[in-house]
Amino acid sequence: MLFVASDVEPSREHAHAPGQSLWPVGLAVGVAAFLVGFVVSWTVVALGAVITLVFASLWIRDLGRGRSLAEAHAVVPETRANRVNAHPPAVAPAGPHAGAQVSRSVFLELSTLGLGGVIGGLVSLPVLGFVVGPAFLKQGVKQHDLGPMSEFPEGQFMITTFTSNPSEGFVSRVTAFVRYNGLLGTLPSFTILSSRCVHLGCPVQPNGVATTSAEKTYKDVDLIPVLPSGFGCPCHDSQYDTEGNRTSGPAPRALDRYSYSIVNDHLLVGAPFSVAYVVGKGAQAQIHKTGYAFPGEHVDGLESWLYPIQPPH
Amino acid sequence: MASRPLSRQERILYPLDWLEERSGLVGAVRYFLLRNVPGDINWFQTLGSAALTAFLVQAVTGIVLAMYYEPGPTTAYPSIQRITNDLWGGWLVRGMHKWGASVFIILMFMHMGRVFLFGAYKYPRELNWIIGVLLLALGLAEGFTGYLLPWDQTSYWATTVGINLNGTAPFLGPFIAQFLQGGTAINANTLSRFYAIHMLVLPPLIAGLIGLHLYLVIRLGVTSPPWSKDAAGSGPPPEPPASTREGLTRPAPRPGLERGGGGG
Repeated sequence: MLFVASDVEPSREHAHAPGQSLWPVGLAVGVAAFLVGFVVSWTVVALGAVITLVFASLWIRDLGRGRSLAEAHAVVPETRANRVNAHPPAVAPAGPHAGAQVSRSVFLELSTLGLGGVIGGLVSLPVLGFVVGPAFLKQGVKQHDLGPMSEFPEGQFMITTFTSNPSEGFVSRVTAFVRYNGLLGTLPSFTILSSRCVHLGCPVQPNGVATTSAEKTYKDVDLIPVLPSGFGCPCHDSQYDTEGNRTSGPAPRALDRYSYSIVNDHLLVGAPFSVAYVVGKGAQAQIHKTGYAFPGEHVDGLESWLYPIQPPH
Repeated sequence: MASRPLSRQERILYPLDWLEERSGLVGAVRYFLLRNVPGDINWFQTLGSAALTAFLVQAVTGIVLAMYYEPGPTTAYPSIQRITNDLWGGWLVRGMHKWGASVFIILMFMHMGRVFLFGAYKYPRELNWIIGVLLLALGLAEGFTGYLLPWDQTSYWATTVGINLNGTAPFLGPFIAQFLQGGTAINANTLSRFYAIHMLVLPPLIAGLIGLHLYLVIRLGVTSPPWSKDAAGSGPPPEPPASTREGLTRPAPRPGLERGGGGG
């Protein structure tokens, strides 16, 4: 099928296709290295230029010898009838791919779909990652200074409101009910209840008159003393006692609490956690704590099996 | 080209002919608007068009509101106040959008009721019922995402409850909730993502499904009321869709097995 060198004018009788050659691949590598070199270093530019020139000349030499044009074998135009290979064609196709079961148009279809899928995946995966990722990664909770311990008299709840994320302003204001329980052994004990109702997240209110006249502030922290008989939610009437245990209503567990630490006699509030129930009171309370869960989720018993994995908080 | 002078009517219609010859659009519009419908249809069958109109009102007023609304945690509420109190006509456009949202949902439900009571969801229109249900779900999602945007106490706590409701779904619920609020609590990300979903994701989906919905209405025709003398089934059966006659996935039906008329 190869043309002899003297055959300068290719025959017009048959279609011709370029023969197989590896030189263009080398040429492409050379051009790529040449362009990348401008970013990386001049050595790579020179290397790329050399590769490009070498492979270009090899390819041109090949073309000049007339070795590149091979006569394409005649292809029967495809129709719906013969493209689906229900029966093998009566005449086996000639040429190097004789016996291949995938016809040309099916191959083109599949490769278009496959390449399209790969390109689509490459483009959409990073976007999807950015859509989902930020909501779950790098969450974490920073400690927040609620002021000196002396601001919290023993046995009294303080309605404590603070800006948990200063960059977001008012929307990140968080309310917790903080009670100093006195010393447990030698260490101070606090009860810090989250105001987020564990039914569906409405703000729980203390059942008792807040002494707003005695309101104090420390930096961004608002402190209002109150002596509640318990806590109640205005949305769906879940009720809790002063340890956060549910006493009535639709809530599935006790109020969430915050971890805390004492640094230089200041009370620092930390990460929140969920509580199944509390036995006992004040400093002696035994808190059955779990990971931080969304409102409405049971954290103990059979129903907690519905929420086996919690997103990272 | 004949040199006969054009009559007055021909001169008026000439631009339409020009367009039709090059695009076929005139015929398409005629096919879309000038259809035969059953002689005894009634006013209840305009509820779908009414819902479509309500959607168009939401789209137009929403575009205008987007020109002034600023979805930031410190700017959203002031920008709403500015639209309502300071800008000329802002109270009207915002009111149309706010109340039109409820009108849109109510009209969709009424349209759904009409289709149900008339039995218009039956063969061959089942697919259009399903598309309608998707439209209703997307409309409700528009309501949920739009409710947060005024960024006042009502919208904040309503969205809190709405997101936490999602959080109670088994297994994936907590992840859905955290995805919706873009973090572990409602924050600035929640507002901007609700805004993006409200104006960039859901409306094009709704518009596309409305297109599909109308295509099926036109392809399958309008149903008669159930009390019609021309009731469904008494006439010749609807022409089977092309895919049941021939095509990609199934062989052409054998002669003698075509759908019979009447009965069914």
